[in-house]
Amino acid sequence: MEDCIQTISDYAFRSIGFGERILPREGFTLCQQFTLIGSGMIWNVYFGVVALVTGFFLATAVAVGKASDNRIIHKLSAWFIFLFRGSPLFIQFFFAYFFFLSLKGQYAFFDPFTAAWLGALIVLFLNTSAYTGEIFYGALQSIPKGDIEAADAYGLSGWPRFRRVIWPTMLRLAWPAYTNEGIFLFHSTTLVFFSGFPAWQQRGDALYYASFFADKTFNPFVPYPILAFYFILLTLLIITIMGRIGTRLNRHLPQDAKPKFRFRPQIIR
Amino acid sequence: MACYLTTGKHMGFYVSFGTVLLLLAITAPLALSFGFGGAMAARSPFAPLSWLGKTYIAIVRGVPDIAFFLFFVIALDQGIEVLRHYAKCPDWPDTIRQGNDFIVCQQAKMPLGAAPQWVHETYGFMIAVFTFAIVFGAFAANVIFGAMRAVPKAQLETAEAYGMTRRQTFWRIVVPQMWVYALPGLGNLWMVLIKATPLLFLLGVEDIVYWARELGGTKTPRFTDYPHGDWRMWYFLVLLVFYLGFTRVSEIVLDRIMRRLTKGQATAAGEAQRKAAA
Amino acid sequence: MKNLIMTSAALALTAGMALADGHSVVRMGTEGAYAPWNFLNDAGEVDGFERELGDELCARAELTCEWVTNEWDSIIPNLVSGNYDTIIAGMSITDERDEVIDFTQEYTPADPTSFAALSTDVDPAAGVVAAQTGTIQAAYIADQGWTLVEFATPEETLAAVRAGEADAVFADDSFLAAALEGQEELVMLEQQVTLGGGVGMGIRESDTELKDAFNAAITSMKEDGSLNALIEKWEVASTFE
Repeated sequence: MEDCIQTISDYAFRSIGFGERILPREGFTLCQQFTLIGSGMIWNVYFGVVALVTGFFLATAVAVGKASDNRIIHKLSAWFIFLFRGSPLFIQFFFAYFFFLSLKGQYAFFDPFTAAWLGALIVLFLNTSAYTGEIFYGALQSIPKGDIEAADAYGLSGWPRFRRVIWPTMLRLAWPAYTNEGIFLFHSTTLVFFSGFPAWQQRGDALYYASFFADKTFNPFVPYPILAFYFILLTLLIITIMGRIGTRLNRHLPQDAKPKFRFRPQIIR
Repeated sequence: MACYLTTGKHMGFYVSFGTVLLLLAITAPLALSFGFGGAMAARSPFAPLSWLGKTYIAIVRGVPDIAFFLFFVIALDQGIEVLRHYAKCPDWPDTIRQGNDFIVCQQAKMPLGAAPQWVHETYGFMIAVFTFAIVFGAFAANVIFGAMRAVPKAQLETAEAYGMTRRQTFWRIVVPQMWVYALPGLGNLWMVLIKATPLLFLLGVEDIVYWARELGGTKTPRFTDYPHGDWRMWYFLVLLVFYLGFTRVSEIVLDRIMRRLTKGQATAAGEAQRKAAA
Repeated sequence: MKNLIMTSAALALTAGMALADGHSVVRMGTEGAYAPWNFLNDAGEVDGFERELGDELCARAELTCEWVTNEWDSIIPNLVSGNYDTIIAGMSITDERDEVIDFTQEYTPADPTSFAALSTDVDPAAGVVAAQTGTIQAAYIADQGWTLVEFATPEETLAAVRAGEADAVFADDSFLAAALEGQEELVMLEQQVTLGGGVGMGIRESDTELKDAFNAAITSMKEDGSLNALIEKWEVASTFE
């Protein structure tokens, strides 16, 4: 037990460079595996949260762009969505790393872009923006006509109409699908160090440490289920938080009309 | 150049596109049936069955597919061999786990140790299909479960009024009606499935990513007739075009199916079709 | 797992009744991405030092052998779980691995590990060193406390040095020598380190008969000098005395 507390204090923040420098070399106890894989989760949560929050804004812009009457804006948004939804993240990471590497050779400004914390984040940000943009676009298309007519009747137009009527309704309609997208995004953060970006000083995400242990113990049946356990917890957490927000978005609706977990035939990822 | 593109390795590369397409073609219906089974179990009035269905959906959906692929395949392979071992060699004196080794009797090996290579390949491929189907079956179950609940209540009540039993209502009303609600979700699942295929190499199938990496890597003159630098970018570009094209074709086909299914349905889109026709 | 499209080498005509427990076909697991040890040739077949060695060993042990490739990461779990019968993939004999599987005697002496960089005056201790994830090389750099950057494949470690992302790459001498051949960008540093033991074939702990058969075959190749000849032909390591 004391050993375990020692292990936790040594390795809890190993993934971001604090604590013991040398990874465990022997024993590979459950405690070590839980601590290090958990430490790696810091990265998964970081990538997921930052990409989801920043991606939300670009997604709104892209969705409005795709619904726009302006041909150029529409085409640009539609192509952006197609490119990022139509290709595997695996390949996006590959090209992004190549691209940033060659930019870095030209301009010193791009130095941090080949590091996962920024480079991979940008890819995940663009990727989730495209998927969420498509979800939001679908929601925009299915906003009840009556809502918009009512806004017109109140004399709302332009930005206030968007901000106070269209946008909240869009979010409400898109929320269940958006929750799914959130879950998928957190899952895809495991690809960052697995195939896309290099790990520096053995600081990696949960999957990096799980495969470290699988490699050392030659037994995949312990570390990967631990990783799965952490992700199931994370998924439950996302569902709870998004559910809370969803309830808040729907709070003005009559009680029995509140879709609790009602299915919406829309774009999930 | 023509010779370079027709080396045995390149042939492997071309064949792997077929492998990926074949995998998709087999996995999709299998995953759909897993999804249907999962959704039916989750809806079941019999509590343990419903609990089982819901656990399957929740757990498999909660785990990143890479993590699942990394250990599940070995587990599945060993599981099958253990079952065969107990069936075929009941008198086996040794334990299956000997230290680090996993040993079953020769007759229980899947496939048999002496089987030709193509049997091993096919078996590996089937295991990959099964793993994909389990993962995507959970997502499909979630979509179908939702779609079954989206069938308008009034229709179920009408069925009851006509004196249909629970079972009849399910098969004659719910199942035919739910597809229109499930299709957008299933269509997207298909898109996700396409984009999960680069992970096939984790399951030991030599897929297009495996070959693109292998062919694109720097080659020195000592080991090949066609030395070249780091060409991975070009090979990955081919993959990118393949995936974009495949996605586009899928979008068009799904769009057609959706328009077909919507016909005569009590949905907004169905309403719009009626109005357009009138 | 089991792999697609591999070459089958029907070698010995005496279809292996040599081993009692039914190894009528011995499946040889390799990686196929580590020239000159093992790699895929233009025809897509396993080729290299270990292919030639393995075929000769099977002939001497009167076994029918078949070649299979598998990802490096899961190469040991798949051996243990019985998906193939041997690992012949340039695998150094280490204590860690020896706890899980058995090794035959070594068929090449320990190969030194070298650095390659853009110029000869790079000091690995002061710069960034690239290595493949999960190799003994990566572990060594981490233990030294040097700045380590890990990539999924050996190809990417070389690309990183060319692009200036890392200052040096740390890998087996024979692998670097082969990769550096015919190009002028990267050069070998003089500094070398010896890690691990020699290279041997990995075999399940319970498969003692197979291990004995291959051990005998390796001994006979050592005695008549054909093993040294092979090592020299493929330039994989120093020869046995």
